[in-house]
Amino acid sequence: VKRVALLIGLVALATVPFWVGNSYYINISSQILIYAILALGLNVLVGYAGLVTLGHAGLFGVACYAAATLINAGHNSIIVAIGAVAATLAVTAMFAVLALRATGLGFVMITVALGQIVWGIAYRWISLTNGDNGVSINVRPHPFGLALDSAPAFYWATLVVFLLTLGCMVIFVASPFGAAVRGTRDQPRRMTALGYNVWLTRFLAFLFSGFWSAIAGLLYLYYNQFVSPQTVALSASAEALLMVIAGGTATLFGPIAGAALVVIMKDVASAYIERWNFVLGAIFVLIVVFMPEGLAPGSVRLWRFVMARRQRRLPASVLTRERQS
Amino acid sequence: MNLWTILAINSVTLGGLLFLLSAGFSLIFGLMRIPNLTHGSMFMLGAYFGVTLLGLGCNFWIAALGAGLGVALFGALIERFILRRLVGAELAQVLVTLGLSFMVADACLMQWGGDPISVDTPPIGIGATHLLGVAVPTYRLIIILIAVVIAVVLWGLLDKTRLGAMIRAAVDDPAMARVCGIRVSHLFTIVFALGAGLAGFAGVIGAPILSVYPGLDQDMLPLALVVVILGGSGSLLGSLVGSFVVGFLYNFGQVIFPELAYVVLFLPMLIVLVVRPRGLFGRVTL
Repeated sequence: VKRVALLIGLVALATVPFWVGNSYYINISSQILIYAILALGLNVLVGYAGLVTLGHAGLFGVACYAAATLINAGHNSIIVAIGAVAATLAVTAMFAVLALRATGLGFVMITVALGQIVWGIAYRWISLTNGDNGVSINVRPHPFGLALDSAPAFYWATLVVFLLTLGCMVIFVASPFGAAVRGTRDQPRRMTALGYNVWLTRFLAFLFSGFWSAIAGLLYLYYNQFVSPQTVALSASAEALLMVIAGGTATLFGPIAGAALVVIMKDVASAYIERWNFVLGAIFVLIVVFMPEGLAPGSVRLWRFVMARRQRRLPASVLTRERQS
Repeated sequence: MNLWTILAINSVTLGGLLFLLSAGFSLIFGLMRIPNLTHGSMFMLGAYFGVTLLGLGCNFWIAALGAGLGVALFGALIERFILRRLVGAELAQVLVTLGLSFMVADACLMQWGGDPISVDTPPIGIGATHLLGVAVPTYRLIIILIAVVIAVVLWGLLDKTRLGAMIRAAVDDPAMARVCGIRVSHLFTIVFALGAGLAGFAGVIGAPILSVYPGLDQDMLPLALVVVILGGSGSLLGSLVGSFVVGFLYNFGQVIFPELAYVVLFLPMLIVLVVRPRGLFGRVTL
């Protein structure tokens, strides 16, 4: 049954351009996939490693800026891809070395500060980043000779990358490394006693997460053909975090659902009201206060609570775990 | 009067404002272990309240006090009805404060519009005062004076009163303080309201210099964050020293390295983090 469901899901995803029709909605679907890749990458850190970061848009943005700069310098797409990923990994390593000095709240504060540095550079270092005007690339590049100009073509390319990401995440979660990362989240002291290098495990998880942020950033740049400081602002980091938390941390499909939810909400909300940030903040507050374990498990719990009128034990998540301990 | 003197005076003024902002931030973090991401919003909200009160014809200082009180009340409500529900879930508290800061920012944009609002310097602060042969804008001197007075009052409050002793006890060991019969949750509300009120007050008295605009919260929050990480949380002396360091770095950085002002600002913070993670004068490790 599970395989059939997966197959149906795959077919549904692959045929989106046919049954959606309108290229506007195909583009929305591409956006969802791009943000799903970012959210999956962020989930490695937030969900599996238990390290909540508010500077992730910085990493995403570094990839965008690096790729845009390289493209405008006239390099081909392989060099662009390698350069953007390498630059992002270098920045990720710096982030990780500094932020992993602390865990918990200190980690959050340091990542906020680091994210703001990236924002400050994007905004102020005008000779490099063109400041508030941002950097644009003239044409959507043709990586490996593929023409990505039409909406369906871009969607399929994104879908391939997305499925690749999902596949890597499945392997990661099942792998000994994935288990080690979860171990450092739940019982760092015992992991040390067992001979694991907790710091190194976290560092590698950070790099792994940064790698997928770079991929998402690259796709985002190809999609938008423009990057500005808005991309690396604190609110962008918060949005990414909301995707992970809204869908349910440390699950494979939570971040994807969260990305879909946020992108669609943003699209729908901005069509009716101007106040997307207010809505974002309100959703944040409501989810954290009422459904700390994420929307999908949260609604199930609320439903059961209403049915049985009995508080059930909450499933473990980043937020509830802290509350219980 | 040369450029450097002006810069130095501006730095001290900004340091004074930052102290008002970060003293509350630091106390809230030290006592409640919440990196209160609404703190920049409190500063901006206070400034906007001040603008409204001034528009109603209030005296500048009454407007500043009124705005401070209003923001303190707002802070107390947030603490009592939202953060209180999440005691112990620190991460959830961070996320809630972040969500609230977005809501406050957008509500301010809705209410007061997107144009920067400039605030007139109060009459007493117009003109310059000659000090040691240097002409100093009087209003900046007044801000420095206010910061010093509030620093002394806060120090007295924390060091000499029963309430201060209770707060210090709760910062050092909340569980033990509770056992001794201190209502720590009441202290949470008081400290949160006090911090918010100070930030709101700072927003108004800073308004003639910084003016009031959307995004003021995002500009001030990182500065407060740097001050607290640099100086150490839960320590008044740390906030004071950190504020002036940041005030100087920010002003001089902007002139000497205009493109890298942010990097210059955050670099010392990173160095302190690496060398001494609890901050220069910290009582509590991050």
